[in-house]
Amino acid sequence: MPEAAATPLNAPQLRQTSAADGTVRVELCGAWNLAALERRLAQLAPQLAAYARDAGCHWDLSAVTVLDHAGALLLWRAWGRKRVPRLTLRPEHEALFDNLTAPRRELPKPRQDWRAQAIAVGEQILGLLEHLFAATLLLGRVVIDAAGLMRHPQRIPWPEISANIYRTGAQALGITALVGFLIGVVLSYLSAQQLKQFGADIYIINLLGVSVIRELGPVLAAVLVAGRSGSAMTAQLGVMRVTEELDAMTVMGIPHTVRLILPKMVALAISLPLIVLWTDTVAILGGMVAASAELGIPYRFFLSRLPDAVPIANLWLGLGKSVVFGILIALIACHFGLRIEPDTESLGAGTTDSVVTAITTVIIVDAVFAVMFSDVGSFE
Amino acid sequence: MTEHVVEVKGLWTRFGRHAVHRGIDLRVEHGEVLSLVGGSGSGKTTLLRQMLGLEKPHRGQVRVLGEDLHQCEPSVLQRLRNRWGVLFQEGALFSALTVYDNVALPLHELRTLDEELIQDLVLMKLEMVGIEARHASKVPAELSGGMVKRVALARALALEPELLFLDEPTAGLDPDRSESFVQLIEELRRELNLTVVMVTHDLDTLVALSSRIAVLFDGRLVVVGTLREVVHSEHPFIVNFFLGERGRRALEAVWDTLGMGEDMPQQAAQGSA
Repeated sequence: MPEAAATPLNAPQLRQTSAADGTVRVELCGAWNLAALERRLAQLAPQLAAYARDAGCHWDLSAVTVLDHAGALLLWRAWGRKRVPRLTLRPEHEALFDNLTAPRRELPKPRQDWRAQAIAVGEQILGLLEHLFAATLLLGRVVIDAAGLMRHPQRIPWPEISANIYRTGAQALGITALVGFLIGVVLSYLSAQQLKQFGADIYIINLLGVSVIRELGPVLAAVLVAGRSGSAMTAQLGVMRVTEELDAMTVMGIPHTVRLILPKMVALAISLPLIVLWTDTVAILGGMVAASAELGIPYRFFLSRLPDAVPIANLWLGLGKSVVFGILIALIACHFGLRIEPDTESLGAGTTDSVVTAITTVIIVDAVFAVMFSDVGSFE
Repeated sequence: MTEHVVEVKGLWTRFGRHAVHRGIDLRVEHGEVLSLVGGSGSGKTTLLRQMLGLEKPHRGQVRVLGEDLHQCEPSVLQRLRNRWGVLFQEGALFSALTVYDNVALPLHELRTLDEELIQDLVLMKLEMVGIEARHASKVPAELSGGMVKRVALARALALEPELLFLDEPTAGLDPDRSESFVQLIEELRRELNLTVVMVTHDLDTLVALSSRIAVLFDGRLVVVGTLREVVHSEHPFIVNFFLGERGRRALEAVWDTLGMGEDMPQQAAQGSA
């Protein structure tokens, strides 16, 4: 019946007739397949159910042009999941009902567990510890490999390190400059308004200098780099893991810690302090412009006062912190990248986790630094 | 009176300056299994993608089930897409969804079926392809390659299509699984009265399933015909493909029906000469 299949839109219909001897017949005609049924299901299902209530009636399906599993299933359901005793069928439709006589298949239900909530909390805590443990292992592995490289300096992956410095450093100059400049301007304006009330205009230099060089510059740059380069690193390693490129490297005897992870950590440890220096400079420039506009402090005076207002230890502290931030961002990015599973959601979730964890860690470590070095770089 | 299930007229496909197809004419009749064969890069998968409306013709026309894919109304195209099923080479199961949800997705998308009917249909389709109900809550990453293909086939069949597209149905399966998968497709095709368009370079699959074969070479169709007609062609690609060492082995079982003479080895020697 190619014609019937080619025009499946002859609508499914059914009607009830009673013969002279009192037997009730239900006649079905048209196409009873999914394509034709789905639009009329709302009318047909109750009609079928109503006719099926009379167990003695005769079902005549011989005028049905097309029948498929969905149609057969619909009838089967109306008949109460059993074959009606009086049924006329086309021979080619017989097989569809044979399939249905088997007991109904059930979807296995997941068992409900009242402890599920508590277990979920416990699993999250254990998961956190597990992350810490795995990241520590990874760090250890990289340190051991780095020590190994010291003995074979010809194996140090210079091209990878250089490429990573370019990607994480040089290519980030634009965005860090823009953000740094604007933060400098905003900070300067807000401080200027407060300082003016006390006639302490001159202290804008101390305020800007210390806050930008000691805190804002390193943290701002680290957050930007974590979002920009950390996510890229996680995604790169994740895709390489899913496509078995990491395994390919391993079987070639190229440890991926040396070739992929170490270069990223070294590169960020070098490029992040440079980025911080750059961000500091631009932020102070922005602050200087705003101070000149709002308080009338000349550029020359601002610059000559800066070394006296901000002890140089603050700069070293800021740069030292940023080395640690860089290493941590790369370590966290690689750690999450290596745990990406081969499905679409894992890559997204892993990248998000990586960035969020990196930024949180940067801020936590910054707080630790603040406590540890509280007496460094202050005024005597 | 009958319209062709798929009709390709004067099709040109271009990627940049490179012409993949240069004037292809092809018709697929109701109820047949048409196989597209050709060397790597001969554009057989691209031709399949043209039939699915995933690529746009540079010139020419592609009609599927009577509708021009690039001229018809979106609603017509939508209805058309519910009438065909596609099995992608890697299965293309949604990795974030379970096996059950993968097969149920096209049924849910109709938005008219109730949950109970969907569940019955999904479990029936899964049983048809030989997947037990206990695997229904797994995600694709937990399945073996053969099971992924079976689930993908169940998903392709979920809407009871009239037309089934198969892209390399047996690629990546071991010979044993590949054979049982071919059997499964053949059984379902007969049971469900399907028209099948298939891309393959596996000779065993080709011989076992196809009723007609279209050979693509250098952007054109060299031969379209039954296996017997195709192997009698003189084209160097066909001689190489079907009558080489591997081809001869695959054709061994049906050799008598091809009318190539008793002398298999000699024929092959001529072929490779």
